[in-house]
Amino acid sequence: MKVSAVITLKKDVLDPQGKVIHQALDGMGFKNISEVRQGKYFEIDVNENDPSKAKAVVEDMCKKLLANLVIENFKIIETQ
Amino acid sequence: MKSSVITFPGSNCDRDMDVALKKFGFKNKMVWHDDNELPKSDLVVLPGGFSYGDYLRCGSMASKSKIMQSVINFAKSGGLVMGICNGFQILVETGLVPGVLLRNKYLEFICKNVFVKLDNKENAYFKNLNKDILEFHIAHNEGNYFCTKDQLKEIKDNNQIAIYYCNSEGKIEDQYNPNGSIKNIAGIFNKEKNVLGMMPHPERMIDESLSGEDGSLFFKNLLNNIK
Repeated sequence: MKVSAVITLKKDVLDPQGKVIHQALDGMGFKNISEVRQGKYFEIDVNENDPSKAKAVVEDMCKKLLANLVIENFKIIETQ
Repeated sequence: MKSSVITFPGSNCDRDMDVALKKFGFKNKMVWHDDNELPKSDLVVLPGGFSYGDYLRCGSMASKSKIMQSVINFAKSGGLVMGICNGFQILVETGLVPGVLLRNKYLEFICKNVFVKLDNKENAYFKNLNKDILEFHIAHNEGNYFCTKDQLKEIKDNNQIAIYYCNSEGKIEDQYNPNGSIKNIAGIFNKEKNVLGMMPHPERMIDESLSGEDGSLFFKNLLNNIK
C-alpha cells in the first residue's frame, strides 16, 4: 500500500529557500503571492494491506527519521 | 589519552582530526560507522564532512548508523563526545544536544576564518584555557543554529551555550554572525557539558605557518584537562 507524507517547516522557522523562490516567481510576473514555503514529499510503498496500519508505520517513520520535529511538521496525506 | 574519530561515508575532516589529535598526544583510532562497539576511549569525535551526501537533513542518516548507539551510550554515561561541523549536525539529530542546524541565512556556503567567544569554562573542553576569544575556521552550508523559545530559555538557564560568533575584540553582534544563527550561537553543550557540538573547526588551526594556532591551544588544553 502506498502512503504519502508531506513534511513542512513550522510557522516560525525561517525558510530562505522559500523566500528566494517567492522572489523568483514575483520576478516572473506571479504577483499575487503572499508567501512560499518549501517542504518535502515522500511516497512510501509499505508491505501492508490495512490502511490504518500502513499509515501508523509511516507516522512512526516521520517521527523517528523523516521529519525533525523541532522545526518540521508532517502530514500523512493519502493512501492508495 | 585515547580518542576515537568516527568515519561515516562522506566524512572528509576525519583525517585532519586524526592528525590534530595525534599531534598533541592523543592515541587516536579511526572507527568505521558500521562497527558495533567503540574502542576504549576518553574522547570520541564526530568529524566534519558530508555524511551520506547530506541526504534528507544534514547528519540525519549518520545519526542512525550502527556505531551511534554505542556513541550515545558513551555520552549518556558521561564520556566526552565532540562533534565538529557535520559532527555537530549529527549530534543535534541524535538529540544529544538541543536544537537544529538550518541552511545558512543567505543561502551561501561559507568558508572563512571567524572569531568565537567562549561563554562557559566550567567544562572539560575549555577549562584553564588562557584565552576567551579564539580564531577558528568555518566551512558549511547548514550552520544556522535554531531552537525553540523554550529550548533557548533552557540552554541559557543551564549555561549550555559554548561559543558565540564575535569579532576579534569579542563583540557579539549581528554583523559578526556569518550564518544567521540564533543569538550568534556557534557551539552548544548538553546539560552535563560532556557533549560539545560546534560549527568551527579547531583541527584546521594547528599550524603556525598555514593557519593560526588557536586550535593548538584548544587541543593541548583539552588533553591536559582529561589527563
